[in-house]
Amino acid sequence: MGLELTTKAPMLQILDEEGQVRPGAEPALAPAELRRIYEIMVLARTADAKALKLQRQGRMGTYASSLGHEACQIGTAFPLRPEDYFFPYFRDLGAYLTLGYPLADYYHYWMGNEAGLRTPDGLNLFALAIPVASQIPHAVGAALAAKLRKKTGAAVCTFGDGATSEGDFHEGLNFAGVFRTANVFVCYNNQWAISTPRSRQTASETIAQKAGAYGFPGVQVDGNDVLAVIASVREALDRARAGGGPTLIEAVTYRMGHHTTSDDATRYRTEEEVKAWEPRDPLRRLRIYLRSRGLSDEASEKGVLDAATNAVEKAVAEAESRPPATVDDLFAYTYKNMPPALAEQRTGLKEALKAEAGR
Amino acid sequence: MKITMAQALNQALAQEMARDERYVLLGEDVGPDGGVFRVTDGLIQKFGPERVIDTPLAESGLIGVSIGMAAFGLRPIAEIQFLGFIYPAFNQILSHVARLRNRTRGRYPVPMVIRTPYGAGVRALEHHSESTEALFCQLPGLTVVVPSTPYDAKGLLIASLRSEDPVIFLEPSRLYRGEKQDVPEEPYEVPLRAARTVREGTDVTVIGWGAMVPVMEKAADEAAGRGVSAEILDLRTLSPMDREAVLASVRKTGRAVVVHEAPKTCGLGAEISALISENALLSLRAPVARVTAPDITIPLPKAEDDYYVNPARVLAGILKTMEF
Ligand SMILES: Cc1ncc(C[n+]2csc(CCOP(=O)(O)OP(=O)(O)O)c2C)c(N)n1
Ligand SMILES: [Mg+2]
Repeated sequence: MGLELTTKAPMLQILDEEGQVRPGAEPALAPAELRRIYEIMVLARTADAKALKLQRQGRMGTYASSLGHEACQIGTAFPLRPEDYFFPYFRDLGAYLTLGYPLADYYHYWMGNEAGLRTPDGLNLFALAIPVASQIPHAVGAALAAKLRKKTGAAVCTFGDGATSEGDFHEGLNFAGVFRTANVFVCYNNQWAISTPRSRQTASETIAQKAGAYGFPGVQVDGNDVLAVIASVREALDRARAGGGPTLIEAVTYRMGHHTTSDDATRYRTEEEVKAWEPRDPLRRLRIYLRSRGLSDEASEKGVLDAATNAVEKAVAEAESRPPATVDDLFAYTYKNMPPALAEQRTGLKEALKAEAGR
Repeated sequence: MKITMAQALNQALAQEMARDERYVLLGEDVGPDGGVFRVTDGLIQKFGPERVIDTPLAESGLIGVSIGMAAFGLRPIAEIQFLGFIYPAFNQILSHVARLRNRTRGRYPVPMVIRTPYGAGVRALEHHSESTEALFCQLPGLTVVVPSTPYDAKGLLIASLRSEDPVIFLEPSRLYRGEKQDVPEEPYEVPLRAARTVREGTDVTVIGWGAMVPVMEKAADEAAGRGVSAEILDLRTLSPMDREAVLASVRKTGRAVVVHEAPKTCGLGAEISALISENALLSLRAPVARVTAPDITIPLPKAEDDYYVNPARVLAGILKTMEF
């Protein structure tokens, strides 16, 4: 007897907490690529810290920190090709930077301007979703469109552990399984959904095992190990592109900061728990690894940090120098062709604002 | 004691839950976190994790499960974290919560309260500021309640909790920590389906609810300075609406301005305007005016003030009506 109820395979790890690699397991990455990954990680961390600082100064809106998620985010986005699609959620700074989204735009959006969410032409990066899990079916639709249009691109979608409780998660993954779409679903399992622990989201042992019920593979990887994330996403992308259907990747990580700047995590989790994750830091691991391979040293690391700091300062200055949306902007994108009654409302609002300014 | 709206709501929940064991509170982050606006602060400590339940992140599940609980012996109080995230549950609300009493010929009514913050003015992220109350007023069987003061918040919530019909209780996020007010310690009800005359006036009736009420009061102060006496009506229950209160006031003043922070088209202002024209046309000395947001997506924080209905716009609506 003893039916095996779970399908738990060991979590994939390549780069351990001490920065040591499992021999032979490293994904093929040229030295320049490894250095690039490190640069983006440093940039992401610097940009994130700056956003938090700006928020405290009243120069940034409510902000969701990506601290601790760098390996998940960068590792997920790094293997993409230009013809692929990315469907992010609100905690994806590292992915945005990896895909070449201008940091000034990212800041501009989080400062409270819709213009910052307009993806530059030529980049298949969908607008980040705030309603939890709502982006998952979109990614399936993009992959289905690619399939029907005989295109080669695969669609990657990210979301949190909390998202796996929503109907959209189940419906999206079910469509993907049924239509064998070229999708890679990456769950950043950071253990918390605001104050709700992972154990309250699902009674299954892993999130990865949910894939089995939809008829495709699921794997659990160390989400603080950028090499493991890259290796698993690459493998999933290769399978997707070869017509092998979707994959669910559960990247196990930890939300090192508060949920957002409006949250106070001390109300519901212990400092010890947070402390226990500090040694698993994704950035530190990669730094040790690069040094051990002779790909970096103290001087080059300082250079990377200085470049990141400069880039961040430039982006802040640029984002802050942009004017806020005009009344015309607020109305212009409601319809392709503006109905006359809406144009009248626009005129009315302009007049009201003029009168109010003169008061 | 002077308390905020958030504290008044917390008091109402604590007192009713202490009075009647059938009340069970459930939602995302309502437990140790006390809800993102702290309205359920301290309740899990008082009532334990079987009566204050942190749920998985799933609104349709949350409301669907509440229906089953309500049909079979409990009185669920479901918190939706923001109105902007209620839509996964809209199916449950429209298809079942609002109509189970009717569908089952009274066999399975589902008395429950769905509480949720809504509205703009707190500089929030996307989907946290919309004002879609009118969607819920289209659902026969559902009671839609919006408080505008701490006193009303406590009394209306208690009345909602004691109602045999399902209630969606919309809490204006902008008012949670707004002006404090003396609120009696003991439990009390503020009746549902009854509007409140915030101030009496003779020239024009200004009708609104929620976070618009303080805006209307400021506008009425300014109007008074110009010799216009505005009567202010806070609807409190949007559906079923206190039609008599609206009509009685308009018959007295002969003019009406409806104010809402939702977009204009098919907002509740349209219903109120129709109500007046159907029943009090001959009392009117001017067309019913609507002061609302334009028919666009609410802007992100940097342009929110441009969009948001303010006292100047309400005053302009009042004066336009007076000058007709
Ligand atoms: C449908 C929906 N419900 C509720 C919320 C409010 N909310 C924002 S983030 C969040 C938790 C998300 O947790 P998770 O999916 O694990 O992602 P994480 O924030 O941990 O990255 C909640 C409940 C929302 N944005 N959308
Ligand atoms: Mg999470």
